[in-house]
Amino acid sequence: MLRALIKKEFSQIFRNPSIIRMMLAAPIIQLIIIPLAADFEVKNINIAVLDWDHSTYSEKIVNRMGASGYFVIKEVAHSPEEAQAALDHGTVDLVVEIPARFERELVREDEAKIFLRADAVNGVKAGLAMNYSGQIISQVNQEIRQDFVQFPRFSPVPTIDISTRFWYNPDFNYRHYMAPGILALLLVMVGSMMCALNIVREREIGTMEQMNVTPVKSYQFLLAKLIPFWIIGLVSLTIGLTVCYLVFGLYPLGSYLTIYLFAMVFLIASLGIGQIVASFSENQQQATLFSFFFMMMFVLLSGLYTSIESMPDWARYLALANPVSHFVDVMRSVMLKGSNFYDLQHRFWALVGFAVLFNAIAVLNYRKRAG
Amino acid sequence: MKKIIETQGLTRTFGAFTAVDAISFDVYEGEIFGFLGANGAGKTTAMKMLSGLLAPSGGSATVVGFDVKTQSEDIKKQIGYMSQRFSLYEDLTVLENIHLFGSIYGLKKAELAQKAEVLLEQLEFTDQRNTLVGDLPLGWKQKLSFSVAMLHEPRLVFLDEPTGGVDPITRRQFWEMIYAAAHKGATVFVTTHYMDEAEYCDRVSIMVDGKIAALDTPHNLKRQFNAPDMNDVFLQLAATSVARAGF
Repeated sequence: MLRALIKKEFSQIFRNPSIIRMMLAAPIIQLIIIPLAADFEVKNINIAVLDWDHSTYSEKIVNRMGASGYFVIKEVAHSPEEAQAALDHGTVDLVVEIPARFERELVREDEAKIFLRADAVNGVKAGLAMNYSGQIISQVNQEIRQDFVQFPRFSPVPTIDISTRFWYNPDFNYRHYMAPGILALLLVMVGSMMCALNIVREREIGTMEQMNVTPVKSYQFLLAKLIPFWIIGLVSLTIGLTVCYLVFGLYPLGSYLTIYLFAMVFLIASLGIGQIVASFSENQQQATLFSFFFMMMFVLLSGLYTSIESMPDWARYLALANPVSHFVDVMRSVMLKGSNFYDLQHRFWALVGFAVLFNAIAVLNYRKRAG
Repeated sequence: MKKIIETQGLTRTFGAFTAVDAISFDVYEGEIFGFLGANGAGKTTAMKMLSGLLAPSGGSATVVGFDVKTQSEDIKKQIGYMSQRFSLYEDLTVLENIHLFGSIYGLKKAELAQKAEVLLEQLEFTDQRNTLVGDLPLGWKQKLSFSVAMLHEPRLVFLDEPTGGVDPITRRQFWEMIYAAAHKGATVFVTTHYMDEAEYCDRVSIMVDGKIAALDTPHNLKRQFNAPDMNDVFLQLAATSVARAGF
């Protein structure tokens, strides 16, 4: 009986061009576009320069900022009003003001000031702009000092030299950070959305009622829905991993086996969510809204776009109750760090728990007979 | 005669609305039982309770010897059901639908293959076996739907307005199929709005506002209401409902 039902699902799926398109196109498009577009690295910060000093040093600072690659000198202002207007209009994000007598004070008094004003509507961008310009200015500062100060053989002030090294994603490649997460997103979509819509469609057209009047058991009906989408999910993942390799040159440092093992369990959990959504929806519109809501919650709290560590405590607990956050972490760890199954055991059991819980709710909630 | 459906005060309410109001009637093995009533009289609700799709709010009923309250899954193995809405899979072929529903009722492969051939032959569908059901004309779909509902040779089949929107020739063919099924011993429980079809039934019940207003053979009903045909019987009974609703 189950075999006949699964065969039916496959026949229907392969006759529905939109499912096939979704299965093939979604991983490719998402993987190529999202990591490229959703880039948090801030470049092209527009600045206005208001230089009252016009000295060698002030020019050096301005040139260095322009050459850094982060800043575009959009405007050379001649008055504070002009600079402020540019900031107000949003043509520039940062105003660098170098006061008169800057060079002279720096040389004579050993101390000079530079004013930075940032448009903090986009806080991340403003913070980074401040950060970058601070780094550049202190670098210039160092060089100037070296011109004047004769260092003694032994530094009178002990200094701690910090040597930093970034592991696992050494060149800060944002795409390498995003791509594994996008793969996780893909599986939730196949699992919850596609499966939910498929079930609800049967309710809409009335075939569900026909099934309910036959001896088919609830778990058989749901299992017949689960298995084909589980396979589709794994196919999508395979396509996604291929795209990762071909487009970004990204392959897991850990083993593919670990990825698939986790994906298999994670997909069952997502499919459980889809079935729960379906059991609460009368029609496809409702199902779309419900699954959209779940997707938003799961994705925003998954650590895909924002780091879970920097969330408030309550949100961190919510993230623990979110299967997507576990799987996003698994994907990143296996792909970038080369973690193996044992490193991620706790995630595995969490995902198994979600899979069992969601599917149990779905089966218990599926009523062949209306109450 | 053996009773295949027995109901005692079967009731279904939706909130404050009573869709089926304490109906009591019996259906005998092998008869064609017409279940008539205006739209909204409660026919489909009653039928859903009897076929295990809807839990009753009160009263009791047994269908094919099983209690509808507690043994609805046992009932489902023994009955066929053809709903008001067309409910075969339109994106599967004729043969795929036959195989699917045959397998669901536990028919063995060889048995199923043989039955499918007989069925296609009878319906003169042999050339359409690989046609998607969605591409068939409505009348053909309904005939196929009935044949699929009878595939596992149920003792009792529920047909909810099986000939709605179907042309007169196909309607005639459809009733020939119903007779053939009844002849083989199946009990047919059928709702319809066509009064000529009511004349074909062994016994007819007419529901008005959730209650059974009349139940007898078409012959006796016409005598009872002093009516020339079933259409008149129906109009006389349905008029009481309309008068009560205040139209």
